Amino acid sequence: MSESRFQPLLLLRALFRPLDPALLLVLGLLLGYGYVLMMSASTERLETLQLHFVIAIVTMWAVALVPPKQLLKLAVPMYLGGVVLLVGVVLFGEVSKGAQRWLDLGVMRIQPSELMKIAVPLMLAWFFQVREGVTRWPEFMVAMMLLLIPLGLIVVQPDLGTSLLVSACGLYVIFFAGLSWKLIVPVVLIGVIGIGAIVGFGDTLCQPEVDWQILREYQKQRVCTLLDPTQDPLGKGFHIIQSTIAIGSGGVFGKGWMAGTQTHLAFIPERHTDFIFSVLAEEFGLIGALVLLILYTLLIIRGFTIAAMAPTLASRLLAGALTMIFFTYAFVNMGMVSGILPVVGVPLPFISYGGTALVTLCIAIGILMSIERSRIAAKE
Amino acid sequence: MTDFRHPKEELAAFRRRVLVAMLFVLVCFGLLAARFHYLQVVRHDYFHSRAEGNRIALLPVVPNRGLITDRRGRVLARNYSAYTLEINPSQVDNLEATIDELARIVPIDVGDRRRFRKQLLESKFFESVPIRTHLSDEEVARLVARRYSLPGVEVQARLFRDYPYGESGAHVTGYIGRINERDVQRIEEGGNSANYRGSEYIGKSGLELSYEDELHGNTGVEQVEINAGGRAMRLLSRTPAAPGNDLELALDIELQKVAEAAFGERRGALVAIEPATGGVLALVSTPSFNPNLFVEGISVTDWRALSDSPEHPLLNRAMFSTYPPGSTFKPFMALAGLATGKRNLFQYFNGQGVFSFVGHRFYDRKSSCQSGVDVHRSLVYSCNTYYYQLANELGIEALARFMRQFGFGGRTGIDIPGEAAGVLPTPDWKRKRFSRKEQQTWFGGETISVGIGQGYNAYTPLQMANALAALVNDGIIYRPHVVRNVVDAKTGERHPVESEPLARIPVSSAHLQAIRAAMVDVTKVGTAARVFRGAPYESGGKTGTAQVFSLRGQRYVEGRVTERLRDHSWYIAFAPAHKPTIALAVIVENGGFGSQSAAPIARQVMDFYLLGQRADEPASEIDEAAAAEAEQ
Repeated sequence: MSESRFQPLLLLRALFRPLDPALLLVLGLLLGYGYVLMMSASTERLETLQLHFVIAIVTMWAVALVPPKQLLKLAVPMYLGGVVLLVGVVLFGEVSKGAQRWLDLGVMRIQPSELMKIAVPLMLAWFFQVREGVTRWPEFMVAMMLLLIPLGLIVVQPDLGTSLLVSACGLYVIFFAGLSWKLIVPVVLIGVIGIGAIVGFGDTLCQPEVDWQILREYQKQRVCTLLDPTQDPLGKGFHIIQSTIAIGSGGVFGKGWMAGTQTHLAFIPERHTDFIFSVLAEEFGLIGALVLLILYTLLIIRGFTIAAMAPTLASRLLAGALTMIFFTYAFVNMGMVSGILPVVGVPLPFISYGGTALVTLCIAIGILMSIERSRIAAKE
Repeated sequence: MTDFRHPKEELAAFRRRVLVAMLFVLVCFGLLAARFHYLQVVRHDYFHSRAEGNRIALLPVVPNRGLITDRRGRVLARNYSAYTLEINPSQVDNLEATIDELARIVPIDVGDRRRFRKQLLESKFFESVPIRTHLSDEEVARLVARRYSLPGVEVQARLFRDYPYGESGAHVTGYIGRINERDVQRIEEGGNSANYRGSEYIGKSGLELSYEDELHGNTGVEQVEINAGGRAMRLLSRTPAAPGNDLELALDIELQKVAEAAFGERRGALVAIEPATGGVLALVSTPSFNPNLFVEGISVTDWRALSDSPEHPLLNRAMFSTYPPGSTFKPFMALAGLATGKRNLFQYFNGQGVFSFVGHRFYDRKSSCQSGVDVHRSLVYSCNTYYYQLANELGIEALARFMRQFGFGGRTGIDIPGEAAGVLPTPDWKRKRFSRKEQQTWFGGETISVGIGQGYNAYTPLQMANALAALVNDGIIYRPHVVRNVVDAKTGERHPVESEPLARIPVSSAHLQAIRAAMVDVTKVGTAARVFRGAPYESGGKTGTAQVFSLRGQRYVEGRVTERLRDHSWYIAFAPAHKPTIALAVIVENGGFGSQSAAPIARQVMDFYLLGQRADEPASEIDEAAAAEAEQ
């Protein structure tokens, strides 16, 4: 320590130390997989995609270099800043595709709701850390409030996909913080039974003479279209019908790279973004789909391991919630494309084209790395 | 509430929850895997076929329509390729806006829009409809550059039909037009729907209509890969279309043009037949029309001009108009007299200036018709009283029975659609024709009227020409036909359309010989002598005048009646006399008596056919002089 002379080797080691090899490997495989798919789905976007990769990796690395303690200090300003920006969007936001999501700051256009996917779990983790040891009813009430404020602002935009992900972020933190099973189990049960009933008796319930009492006619129609997309084959049903055809026609081994007819003949809408999974399933078949599921599972296992080993409550909660976010992205997207969930705008994590989402996901990876690094540092 | 006060328990509780979460993740991913298995393994076959159905479309390949050529191989109907701008209405939201947009790129006028709207109403579902045809190369380039911003708009190379001779022979070739609902019905009834998938045109009249099945050809199939927008991306396989067969006509287009020119501005018709085969050498109806106007749908102005014209250019006078034959009926009457034994070749009559019938007296004041009138003289000088008497002796039933053999009063069966049957009057016909009792009775006076080719008699020029062809061909009658051969598009083999005669009419050749000899004398010393003076070939003929208006008791003075009420001028002719290669019938509407208008036309046609001379060539000075003389 006494040496004051410059030690480049040490600096280099310090730079690379936070990069968790397991996470890095899975991330690399996922990005590579995505790149191969993009070559088939949309060749003209490859250069931009490379740029996205560079920006996302650099951001991840930068975040990984910041210790969790410092990150948590950012929680309150980030959260408050985010809420202010969301109010800004509601008041002055740009309308794009019928929804206000963008805020033009003159220099750049930003999507504040994306920021909240990180800011909300960070804020909640910080809050539970501060109130460590006094976790009781009132704390959970406050936590719910902290979640509902930004959520409300996103819902009015309206952005169903992001609302879903932000609320999931918050709820995962609250779940890991120890919300009583007595509260969780009934809510989950009612949800499961309700959805199960609609799916199970969909055919009968969707008969025109059946009156649903609580829902209006057009709301009933929406639910019914989800259950049976063939009822609206040229409208919303078209996407789902075509993507299930793409997946189903892929078979076990797929039609081969660049040989997906559904993909290349433009039957799949949004094939480079939300529906890229149907490209994968068509060209690489069941095998390709299972490989992707395994990659996500490995990512999640690694994330949970980091959470389980994390030294502080906040980092534990944060790591657990962020890991669950990867799962939520993946499950909702694949469920939607394969026709078991309604169509909501959620990208396939690390695969779908889209710079903002990729940067957000890589920030989450960076935070996981930072937490893992803090554990090792504490041991040393 | 879980107690998190002790860090150790706290950590354990957290780890339990992580485990639960992990389990949840695995269950959800398991659900996804099950879904993938269901889609990709269990229902793979179904989705595979759905994907193939999505991607593959069968596109019809429209065959090239057969050509129509005349007897010397000159092309009367052909195809050429040109670019059209088309709109597929099923892929366009706002048609008007799209057309406005297109009008900014290429000129689209009001007529184009009107035609587009009309064709849109008549078109089959999901078929693209042309808005502009015959685009220039520059227009094509401008459109192709903008095509991607205009969904449902396409530039296509299409085959068009062209009739290079225009008005000449238009009534023969007819024309094609875009398939409309009525055609679709016709196609469906014929069980040809599959073969017409993709076809846009169909024969509407003339040979184009009657030989539609030969000309159309067989539609091929292209298996193409299509994208979600319905645009063909790649050819997978192809069954080529088999082009339609060509038609080789018996008609001689140059002869046709000479005949048409001979009519000048006059209305009328001419049919020329090759007696030995029944082949139609020329079939003229004037005025004519330009069939090219109809191919892409005729414009309203053009249609008005044609349909409202008092000249009725669309009417095929050669086959659909019927006229009393006048004296051109006499050769057949004379033959009937000989064949039935009512007359013989050596029998002659004196005191023929007048024929009395139930108190009425009918006169023929021509000096040559007063005495010594035999069959020969009666024809050469066209003596009416001779035929009044003959008709009266024959009786209407026997007369009709004989005439029917020559095709009078029945359709000849020519291979052009839309033929009139004409009227060969009989008491039976009259009963059916009239509803009122007092009109249904047949009077003896009507029989003698029929005897000189007036009265209820009404025949088409085609029937006259065909009957004459049989008369000069030893009584052998053919079904007249314009098409000589159908030329197989694949093998090039020629299939003759008609080689066998319909019948041989039982008349003695001595009688036929006598009639022909008399008709030859008509051109030498008789009613047409002036017109045929100086002809280097020997021909036979008979003039005729069809009464348009009966002037009850008043003398017919040509100058006093308006043009439309003037008599029609007939002439039937054959040449060369010893072995006729052409038999024809000419009628000039309101042309006065036979030798005045019709015979000079026959002369010009035969001059050209036998000598290759045209009316405007120096060698024809003689007949111009003759014609001028005849018109005085």
